[in-house]
Amino acid sequence: MNNLKGIAASAGIAIARAFILEHPDYSISQKQVTDVDAELAKLDAALAQSQTELEAIKARTLQELGEKKAEIFESHLLILNDPELIDPVKEKIKSESVNAEFALNETATQFIQMFENMKSAYLQERAADMRDVTKRILKHLLGLNYVSPSEISEEVIVVAEDLTPSDTAQLNRKYVKGFTTNIGGRTSHSAIMARSLEIPAVVGTKNVLSSVQSGDLMIVDGLEGDVIINPTEAIVAQYRAKQEAYAKQVEEWKKLRTEPTVSKDGVHVELAANIGTPNDVAGVLDNGGEAVGLYRTEFLYMGRDKLPSEEIQYVAYKSVLEKMEGKPVVVRTLDIGGDKELPYLDLPKEMNPFLGFRAVRLCLDRQDIFRTQLRALLRASVHGNLRIMFPMIATLGEFREAKAVLEEEKAKLEAEGIQVASNIQLGIMVEIPSTAVLADQFAKEVDFFSIGTNDLIQYTMAADRMNERVSYLYQPYNPAILRLIKMVIDAAHREGRWVGMCGEMAGDSTAIPILLGLGLDEFSMSATSILPARSQISKLSRAEMQTLAAKALEMGTAEEVVELVRAIDAANA
Amino acid sequence: MQQTFRIIDEDGIHARPATALVNTANKFQDTNSFAESNGKKVTLKSILGVLSLGLEQGDTLTLITEGGNESEALQALQEVMINEGLGELHE
Repeated sequence: MNNLKGIAASAGIAIARAFILEHPDYSISQKQVTDVDAELAKLDAALAQSQTELEAIKARTLQELGEKKAEIFESHLLILNDPELIDPVKEKIKSESVNAEFALNETATQFIQMFENMKSAYLQERAADMRDVTKRILKHLLGLNYVSPSEISEEVIVVAEDLTPSDTAQLNRKYVKGFTTNIGGRTSHSAIMARSLEIPAVVGTKNVLSSVQSGDLMIVDGLEGDVIINPTEAIVAQYRAKQEAYAKQVEEWKKLRTEPTVSKDGVHVELAANIGTPNDVAGVLDNGGEAVGLYRTEFLYMGRDKLPSEEIQYVAYKSVLEKMEGKPVVVRTLDIGGDKELPYLDLPKEMNPFLGFRAVRLCLDRQDIFRTQLRALLRASVHGNLRIMFPMIATLGEFREAKAVLEEEKAKLEAEGIQVASNIQLGIMVEIPSTAVLADQFAKEVDFFSIGTNDLIQYTMAADRMNERVSYLYQPYNPAILRLIKMVIDAAHREGRWVGMCGEMAGDSTAIPILLGLGLDEFSMSATSILPARSQISKLSRAEMQTLAAKALEMGTAEEVVELVRAIDAANA
Repeated sequence: MQQTFRIIDEDGIHARPATALVNTANKFQDTNSFAESNGKKVTLKSILGVLSLGLEQGDTLTLITEGGNESEALQALQEVMINEGLGELHE
């Protein structure tokens, strides 16, 4: 038995066998072979294995995702059997006495280059299919043991160095019971995805990957941040009990599903959820979300090889708005850059991506991208209660410019005879200290603010949230942060605007009493945090929390603030 | 035998119709089937060959069948072209 400690990234307990997710090394060298027939037989065997694998994936995709998604594997099967690919490979093995993987790679590369040089963007993308099929055959030729996350078909806990957005997009909730990674923190991409998928996760364990072998039984405790490898039977029994107790508590919270969020002294606040895709809406409604407080549209742009069209975006936005049945949906326009890259935009590497060309800065420069998104949003607006917000606004000038682009697109659509809702609220993320400080001026022009605490904290403390060595500076309870939040809320309320928060802090049980006291109107969090938060708020008096918040603002350190809140908890218990 | 089409799909020839064409050509084992466009001729039994034509909307494409059930094969391929919304008969 081996215990590891990491960061509890997504609540719940998972007990299953380990599945090691590592991207293999496909490097190939040219070798001379003496037995050409053996080399040809090796190729045939690899092709047959690939065929069996693809047929199984195709069948499963057909069953789970439908005909359209399965078509791609049908064309992969055809490529696998394509005489134009296989014949030249065999010819090369025979005439040059080279190893099969080298011959395959040479031939496939020609096709990949052919596709890449085609005029049509659609055909250029087929290079990706060609690469995918080639890798599959190479995997068998090289005897590599790699299964992509989409091919997992039994209950497992995924273990990885880190999970990329495309890895997480492929995780199947039915089989992936939990995951754990070497790196990452509560706000890293993998952790956020785990919470939206409601999969227990522990990240930042530093060395889980080297401590576990594929197939080992393991426990991931996403409540405490513990990972246990090869537990004894007694430990498994103990965790099964904990799993059940947690399930029971979740049931308890579920009773609050259809209740409004009201403090002990009768003040209503709105509890909303953060989502990444239309599929997440089911979880929002299941957990009693009163709104979507943050729809992160960048997932629409990730895991693909070109920009999503207006139509693709329109369908996604419309779907979220319709599923929310008139409840508010705050859509954040593209927030790419920082830790979220889009390979196909081919942006230059930056020394300080978090301080660089990202989000609205990029959108105001690449207006083609921005306008396509705004058109899709405006067209979708008639299907529900849409609110639009711009990320990373640092100056009032940026907001005015972005708003002007929005107004232009709206006018164009109306001129084309396309209906656009008339009541779309327009707001901004407050995540840059300059904007928090100048909130009184912004409040005169925006309809609402949403405080993005993850970035607000990193920019205020000058501490990169991806850098573990300065992670101690991620201090949501630092009075400096609390004072900025207070400035924003007070400024907004003076102008009759509302203020939400969509960072991790909004769902944090230590922060909630203070935020309630500071007068926050909307708390947007992971869907799974909503019911615990509703339960917590129902036991708090806003009037008392105002006193608490006033005291917290006068503290010197984050630790003192935490102590203050704990004392209230103890008094209430 | 041969028949010429004009590509009407706005994406040109993409993976799904190409897959359908190749699958159909493969059903007629005794018939040699080819696709010809812009002076380039490829076997219809290869999806990479068909895609390598780089067909775009407005291009013309000639399907050729030789031997075996050549007329039945051409008829089946023509149905794929039209049912998939890929092309229309040219002249």
